[in-house]
Amino acid sequence: MDALDQLAKTFFDWEAMAAVIPNMLKVGLPNTLILAVSSGVLGCILGMVLAIMGTSRSTPLRVLSRIYTDIFRGVPAIVVILLIGIGLGPVIRQLTGSTNPFPLGILALTLMASAYIGEIFRSGIQSVEKGQLEASRALGFSYNSSMRLVVIPQGIRRVLPALVNQFISLIKDSSLIYLLGLLASQREIFRIGNDAAANTGNLSPLIAAAAMYLVLTVPLTHLVNYIDNRLRTGRPEKKQPDDAAALIGKGAQP
Amino acid sequence: MSEFASGSLTGKNLHLSFGTNHVLRGIDLHVEKGTTASVIGPSGSGKSTLLRVMNRLIEPDQGDILLDGRSVLKDNPDELRQRIGMVFQQFNLFPHKTVVDNVSLALRKLRKLPAEQARAEALEQLDLVGLKHKADVRPANLSGGQQQRVAIARALAMKPEVMFFDEATSALDPELVKGVLALMADLAKGGMTMVVVTHEMGFSRNVSDTVTFMDAGVVVESGPPEQLFTNPQTERLQGFLSDVL
Repeated sequence: MDALDQLAKTFFDWEAMAAVIPNMLKVGLPNTLILAVSSGVLGCILGMVLAIMGTSRSTPLRVLSRIYTDIFRGVPAIVVILLIGIGLGPVIRQLTGSTNPFPLGILALTLMASAYIGEIFRSGIQSVEKGQLEASRALGFSYNSSMRLVVIPQGIRRVLPALVNQFISLIKDSSLIYLLGLLASQREIFRIGNDAAANTGNLSPLIAAAAMYLVLTVPLTHLVNYIDNRLRTGRPEKKQPDDAAALIGKGAQP
Repeated sequence: MSEFASGSLTGKNLHLSFGTNHVLRGIDLHVEKGTTASVIGPSGSGKSTLLRVMNRLIEPDQGDILLDGRSVLKDNPDELRQRIGMVFQQFNLFPHKTVVDNVSLALRKLRKLPAEQARAEALEQLDLVGLKHKADVRPANLSGGQQQRVAIARALAMKPEVMFFDEATSALDPELVKGVLALMADLAKGGMTMVVVTHEMGFSRNVSDTVTFMDAGVVVESGPPEQLFTNPQTERLQGFLSDVL
């Protein structure tokens, strides 16, 4: 049973986990959320710009959006983070005097996320029936107003599940920011687990980190399923018999 | 049904091609103020395209469009379309908005009415089509006939001078068609200028003031309904009528 004990000690040393968890909650969790949420929000804004460019009637705009998307979707996250974080670090230091790696880390995550989110939004916008744009234009709305008021809001609704998936990716990818060198107070969940694992020679703190990620991501995956289901079946709404149509025929219900 | 501030509408020598496909080949259509013109013809004859050209959803290659006797080709097309209501075969209600918001959207955003006034006017329009009690549900919860009546209310809310109906009853279950046609007939009686593209020969014959028969992008015959339906002059119209009646 030595081997089993050995494994249990390596992965499930409760004391080692208990030692790291307070720090993870106090320091790691907020930092992970700052990275994921801010790059998620910025990625949505930039992604929407890319999607609008990608569905616009102007060819140069479409090409530009295409090139951007191809690049940032096609390069591994680690490469972008290192190039942006290490490459632009000195410039930022000179300009602002700040050595905080977070802004550049968030920038790198945003650039990548926006490429994916742009594609998600674009597919959503393009899935809206042509008749919607036509009906809106027939009322007298301009192309831009029609997109803003009618087409895009519907497109976004349809891709909410994909968007939540993208946010889950961001939570996980935010762990790569450790490559830019973090002060003790800047560490996110993974780095805290990794440091503790290195210090104790025991992998249990990493298991704690994994559990922490699951606490964040599993509810989100279920949220995806919930939204998906609701979008497919429609919100539960009471249907009333229709008096006017009932006069005409039996087709009171759709 | 109230009176409408409607106007006359004229299309002159309208041409349109998609690539090598010559869809409209010099169409002339005149609709007197307060009258109803129905446009009939086989599928692919260019009827629906004609409507889209007359409100400049598609710009004609050639020809002129006159609203109340004045050419509108140089106007801002968005402003022109505010003056022409359009109802579609597939209803095209905005599914993410409630029924009343569908009707009030253009009032709020284009007419710049305050939200409450827009809602009040929208409710009034919904009342006219008998669906005020459905104001706060979403279109998906309505039957096809109800959706189409909301679409008519949405178009009427902008107080258009002309109404276009593009096969407004073709997507409806048979038992729902009558209600929508009755509403359209009411509008016609109320003095709305209407262009109705339809496969409903009964409506065309009984409600419209003039009938235009189109085939392959040209007007083959037009005139008062009794004349076209009882005494068609051309072989093409005779053939079409014998197919559909």
